Amino acid sequence: MEFLSDLKDQVSTAYELLAAGWGVQLLWGIAWTLAVTVVSMLIGAILGSLVAAAKFSHRGGLRFIGESYTTVFRGEPELLIIYLFYYGGTQVLTGVARSTGSISSTDILNMPSFLGGVLAVGIISGAYQAEVFRGSFLAIHRGELEAARAYGMSAWLRFRLVVMPQVLRLAVPGLGNVWQLTIKDSALISVTGVAELMLTANKAARSTHHSLLFYTLAGILYLVMTSISTPIFDKAERYTSRSFTRPK
Amino acid sequence: MGFDFYLSTMWNVLKALPLTLEIWFFGIAFGLIIATGLTWLRASGYKLGEYFTRAYVFVFRGSPLLVQLYLIYFGLSQFDFVRHSPILWAILRDPMYCTIVAMALNTAAYESEIFRGALRAVPVGQIEAAKAFGMPAFTRFRLVTLPIALRLALPAYSTEIILMTKATALASVVTIMEMMGTAQKIQHDTFRPIEVLTCAGVIYLLLNLSIARLFAWVEHRLSPHLRPPPEQRQLIKPVPEVL
Repeated sequence: MEFLSDLKDQVSTAYELLAAGWGVQLLWGIAWTLAVTVVSMLIGAILGSLVAAAKFSHRGGLRFIGESYTTVFRGEPELLIIYLFYYGGTQVLTGVARSTGSISSTDILNMPSFLGGVLAVGIISGAYQAEVFRGSFLAIHRGELEAARAYGMSAWLRFRLVVMPQVLRLAVPGLGNVWQLTIKDSALISVTGVAELMLTANKAARSTHHSLLFYTLAGILYLVMTSISTPIFDKAERYTSRSFTRPK
Repeated sequence: MGFDFYLSTMWNVLKALPLTLEIWFFGIAFGLIIATGLTWLRASGYKLGEYFTRAYVFVFRGSPLLVQLYLIYFGLSQFDFVRHSPILWAILRDPMYCTIVAMALNTAAYESEIFRGALRAVPVGQIEAAKAFGMPAFTRFRLVTLPIALRLALPAYSTEIILMTKATALASVVTIMEMMGTAQKIQHDTFRPIEVLTCAGVIYLLLNLSIARLFAWVEHRLSPHLRPPPEQRQLIKPVPEVL
């Protein structure tokens, strides 16, 4: 019985804390986490497709750049990349602003934390997406590309009508994995001060001394986010491969 | 001045490499033990074991490692029984042990999935042949299933090990002065983040590349049967790239 009343106490304190404003804060945290993830995925998609294209290039230089990009950004700790973009961005911005004289030589121009974080996570996500795109491109039947060439299609037409639709279809499961990775990486940009879910939970834990409660809540909310995205990507997969499944 | 700064930063960060490797090694070692247990539980056929493993994998793969680390380091100490138990408190009040525990629990979830996949990928014919020879279950496991499964698990396992190397950097957020923490400190002292982080980045990259090379070498050694025999190798020409 003691255990039960203990539990009741716990639940009521949790309710009070959440109703006192931390609940709304956490919801905003989720919104920011999703914003960071979506923007990073978009940056990653652009970079990833360019890098994947570079990896298939005839030019050795481009291939080398593509290879180095995926090796470096998949081989470095995410935290290091985030620090590099945030603090390094501050260093560059301050240097530029001081030399143009727009701030005094003792001031510091900070990198906007959202921009720095999103760029860092986006570039990491781009390295993984490049590999996904590369794999899907390799999975396209060679004969289709040869047929398109035999028809005299130009490179752009071939890309638009043959390559892209199929890459998109084949890449959906892989992109689902990258999305999950990116959600989890977005937790790391709390170190730069973006008020996403992790930082909000951190603040709440520090100021209320209920770290167990808030970190557990944050963990559950991350689980909800990652598990909700699974059926969404399943649906996207069914949609993009609708012409490849037999109607029932 | 410039070159000296790089050199001294490189050296100072390198001095923290043993600590990084210590976290890395123990995280992986304990993770492997837990993963083996989980895989066994999953493969044992008990419904309860299966549910437990599924839930474990779901929780530890679905949330960021940082949350798990904070939960273990800051969260668990709220329980009275944790603070009053001499063993648990000795582990959980030390950020170093907490990082190792978090990493081990996290990697175990991924590894148990890798091992499960590898066990399922062992060709049925091999196991049937072993049964037909009258091998007892344990011998069959020791001589047939395990060697094949280990070979199959190796590529995914090496990826996981590299992810773990990257994860050791998280120890710096709970005040451990491993490579990332040291780099952070130098960066705050000198206000030259780009130079300092590049030095640390080079070390991490070299570390990861050597781990990858090592695994590639082991994989190469373990798969002579997958390579074409020497004389055939001459005949197969790579198909010219059409694009």
